Amino acid sequence: MAHFTEATSVKDWLNQRLAIEKVEKVMASEYWIPKNINFLWAMGMVLAITFALLLVSGIFLLMYYQPDVRTAFYSVNYTIMRDVDFGWLWRHVHGVAASVVFLVIYIHMFTGIYYGSYKKGREMIWISGMLLFVTFSAEAFSGYMLPWGQMSYWAGMVITNIFSLGGLHLDGLVEWIRGDYVPAQAFLTRFFMLHVLLLPLAIMGLIGLHFATLRIPHVNNQDGEEIDFDAESKKYLAGDKAGSKVMRFANDFMSKDLMVVGFYLIFFFYLVFFQYGFALDPVNFDPADGLKTPAHIYPEWYFLWSYEILRPFSVNIGLIAFGFAQVIFMLLPFLDRSPNAIPASRRGAFSVWFWALLIDMIVLTAMGKLPPEGIFSTIGLVAALAFIVLWIALPFITMNEKKA
Amino acid sequence: MGKAFGAVAGVGAVGSLVAMKKSWDPLPSVKAAGFTTLDMSIYPEGELITEKWRGKPIFVLKKTAAMIAKQTESQKARDIVVGDAHFMLAIGLCTHLGCIPAYIPAEESFLCACHGGQFNWAGEVTKVPPPRAFDIPPFKIEGTKLVLGEVGPEYQKMKDSGITL
Repeated sequence: MAHFTEATSVKDWLNQRLAIEKVEKVMASEYWIPKNINFLWAMGMVLAITFALLLVSGIFLLMYYQPDVRTAFYSVNYTIMRDVDFGWLWRHVHGVAASVVFLVIYIHMFTGIYYGSYKKGREMIWISGMLLFVTFSAEAFSGYMLPWGQMSYWAGMVITNIFSLGGLHLDGLVEWIRGDYVPAQAFLTRFFMLHVLLLPLAIMGLIGLHFATLRIPHVNNQDGEEIDFDAESKKYLAGDKAGSKVMRFANDFMSKDLMVVGFYLIFFFYLVFFQYGFALDPVNFDPADGLKTPAHIYPEWYFLWSYEILRPFSVNIGLIAFGFAQVIFMLLPFLDRSPNAIPASRRGAFSVWFWALLIDMIVLTAMGKLPPEGIFSTIGLVAALAFIVLWIALPFITMNEKKA
Repeated sequence: MGKAFGAVAGVGAVGSLVAMKKSWDPLPSVKAAGFTTLDMSIYPEGELITEKWRGKPIFVLKKTAAMIAKQTESQKARDIVVGDAHFMLAIGLCTHLGCIPAYIPAEESFLCACHGGQFNWAGEVTKVPPPRAFDIPPFKIEGTKLVLGEVGPEYQKMKDSGITL
């Protein structure tokens, strides 16, 4: 048994039992972050804060929500929105955060792609991040089912039908996922379970993994410079704070992080109080009706690009293209054959590839929202093909890149 | 020791996976509610009526004399005849991803708003992405009545010849 002495203070008492000083050093004051970064490096903290907002608002919604096909719609639109004091606040925070979290995830992802932060030992950061993207997508979809409005029902119908895998006709699998021939009570209750328990647990576990993947390779910097973190941290601790290329996670980096978070929260609560409508689809204010499809079905904006890759093709090719779009980002560290982990702006052809991909995804997003008719169909088809061609071309573009 | 532990754990894992899979299956009450009887003598000609079976919409279109006259061989194969009336009867879900197409009487065709698929009055695809004609639900003709969910000889023939899944 370890030797314990009489404690001189509460801190000492805890320190003897939990090594809190050591933990604080490892997690914060001696966790080293490069100085050569910009506001885009704060997106991780912005995401953590947004997840906390989702969790807290979700807890309050959970106290009044009823996962029953007869009462779900009214428990959301009447009980929570009108009866519960400040119920509207939780719903608007939850809805706006669910939408904005994807905007920040996309910024976070494209920052990583631009600065090459998925290479040279940082592959697991990228892969765990993409796993988080997948679980967040599942979390968003399952949450969208819960108000049991027309969009909930028909999105549930269409998305679960994808699992019949077109020509394979796995209708039994679709019925198994739903627990019924169509989305009904069994479907609502199990997606409720996924949304409030299984998927949040998975997300929290993956966030832990995502943080852990950062420890050894450390955070990237604006120039992709390989920093000797041991030497630079010694310099910092020896007193040469100005000369060192690194700073403490807390309070140095956190103070910068929280300033960005502050600006973000002003924007976020502006949306919550004044512009919440964008996160609440008007069609979903009609209760679910299995005998009436809304005139125009579209997913939330953050799924539009992959939806548009599914749409212009016949069913089997569309599903293959859709599957390709879902997994291809995961493989980015292995498709990029260049040895350079530097910003895209200094990587020649890759720079063109980066901006082409970004613009293509914006075009796909815009076309996904428009009805599948005439010129929009054609633009959507071209953009979907361009997406596939860009990813197939990536290994060849980067293979020939000169060592910087 | 490792093998023994692995074997015991493996049996437990398989057992729990079976239980988990079965718990997600449709309940017996859901499966039992799968039959609907339609009185086929009441439908007006040329008008699309939507019935409900297993929570799904069922399109019933009593064909007009003009439609019957212009039927092709493949359309005749999908034709359901009760007494002397001819019907287009099908599950009213797009075979792409399951939205309900809208019937446009002026064009005698169906348009799916989700992904732009089109079907003609006989239920055949005229514009992709849907991969095949409307599915026909299992049916059994009993006089002027039709039972959905039961397999009659007419349905079996359609299934065997690959007209419906």
